[in-house]
Amino acid sequence: MTVLVFVETEAGQVRQASRSAIAAAEKLGDVHALVVGDAAASEAAAAAAAKVPGVAKVLKAGADVLAHDLAEPLADLIVSLAGNYTHLLAASSAIGKNVMPRVAALLDVQPIPDVMAIVDADTFVRPIYAGNALATVKSSDAKKVLTIRAASFDPAPAEGGSAPVEAVNVTVQDTTSRFVSQHTPTSDRPELESARVIVSGGRGLQSGENFHKYLEPLADKLGAAIGASRVAVDSGYVPNDCQVGQTGKIVAPELYIAVGISGAIQHLAGMKDSKVIVAINKDPEAPIVQVADYSLIGDLFEIVPELTAAL
Amino acid sequence: MKILVPVKRVVDYNIKVRVKSDGTGVETAGLKMSMNPFDEIAVEEAVRLREKGAATEVVAVSIGVQQAQDTLRTALAMGADRAILVLTEESPEPLAVAKILKVLVEREKPELAFLGKQAIDDDMNATGQMLAGLLGWPQGTFASKVEIVDGRAEVTREIDGGSETVSLTLPAIVTADLRLNEPRYASLPNIMKAKKKPLETLQGADLGVDLTRRLTTVSVAEPPSRKAGVTVKSVAELVEKLRNEAKVI
Repeated sequence: MTVLVFVETEAGQVRQASRSAIAAAEKLGDVHALVVGDAAASEAAAAAAAKVPGVAKVLKAGADVLAHDLAEPLADLIVSLAGNYTHLLAASSAIGKNVMPRVAALLDVQPIPDVMAIVDADTFVRPIYAGNALATVKSSDAKKVLTIRAASFDPAPAEGGSAPVEAVNVTVQDTTSRFVSQHTPTSDRPELESARVIVSGGRGLQSGENFHKYLEPLADKLGAAIGASRVAVDSGYVPNDCQVGQTGKIVAPELYIAVGISGAIQHLAGMKDSKVIVAINKDPEAPIVQVADYSLIGDLFEIVPELTAAL
Repeated sequence: MKILVPVKRVVDYNIKVRVKSDGTGVETAGLKMSMNPFDEIAVEEAVRLREKGAATEVVAVSIGVQQAQDTLRTALAMGADRAILVLTEESPEPLAVAKILKVLVEREKPELAFLGKQAIDDDMNATGQMLAGLLGWPQGTFASKVEIVDGRAEVTREIDGGSETVSLTLPAIVTADLRLNEPRYASLPNIMKAKKKPLETLQGADLGVDLTRRLTTVSVAEPPSRKAGVTVKSVAELVEKLRNEAKVI
């Protein structure tokens, strides 16, 4: 079997979420990696993808219409390549979630999102009800369209391979959708989904200023990414893309420090696969305490600076 | 401009479901059911577009069992003008839902279909994208802002690391993310008024759509539970445990 993985790159490397998708694909068959972009970007992306061990071949699709990963031309491209493959995969990233269901519809396939485990070529495990249940589903479709939950598969290494690159002749066009602008503030911090340590704040922080004053120094000490509960995001303490949970980011760092987060089921859904969870909370009955390995009950405004100083 | 808003009846947001002891699914009998929260946001946005004069009619659609008409009445109470219930036996898969919606789109000819980005029961996050694919329409998913400008939909979308704005020709599909708006509560007078708004019922079997499931549920299990942790007394003890026991710092 040969499997096609749509691969995202960033700063000359394949994104970790895509390397997890490659790792998942290796369980299914030979892996071909598809990279897209305008001519220059696709060239750089192909070079990055070729270095990932486990990739047997890189398909490089370079065209201006593919410059912004718009779903409409990208789905048409993937569909045009689908004939040779038993499985079409992407990471459960914003792009993967946008594009793959469209691909599936065009192929008359029911997609299987957020795959957490591969049982066999037809059978997959995925979360439902915010991860409060895990469904094992068997697909009767001839082709499978999957998105892969990054936190569930150890990523393939970024370096070490040397796969051949083949250019794809791009004929797709699209006049319905146009990229206007992008707003992605740069940060020195690691990305939430690939961070080894995450310091996450909730309602208990009370303000964005307190995120800055209390959580950032702790995150700096630990080289951690900063996450947040939905309440913290809705209250405007931190930007949307910090949200961890059912409808935000799904993370599984080695260490997750939840500060002033009660632990609504939707939040727990996004972080309970973390290796070690620390809860800092004033309420010993908070749901987060039930899932935490270590809980410290008390005033976060005293505890966090003390912890920062102790590290 | 007419807007079609599909809404789904799901187990209420605040309820934690239990897996059935025989592993065939989750227990939903007797649980409070509500409109999928993302669909509420879609209804709200569609109604606001009509109130601003950018849209003329908002048609809510639900697909499922008879009780889904309660969900449609909620949409009507929030301000939708009329509703269509497509009766099917069980909750069909997104592929089948998208095919049913395509039939309705061809009948109703809306210029915008506004959906929630995902249902909080199956967490598929697929129907909007699939409907867009089947119709060949552009899609603005995970929307945090929507404007109708010069006959196009300008949609600001939540993406990894920030947001992006795309401009779509109409007709188009938009799916709502959490922060697009805060849905209104239906007032009592509006709930009463909603009872008089038209609600049409169609039989899913009559629409010529193959509803056969492509996915068979082999089993449903509880996620592995975490072993009970400990409460530490001090920051010093926490640091010691993280260093020497968990070895993560």
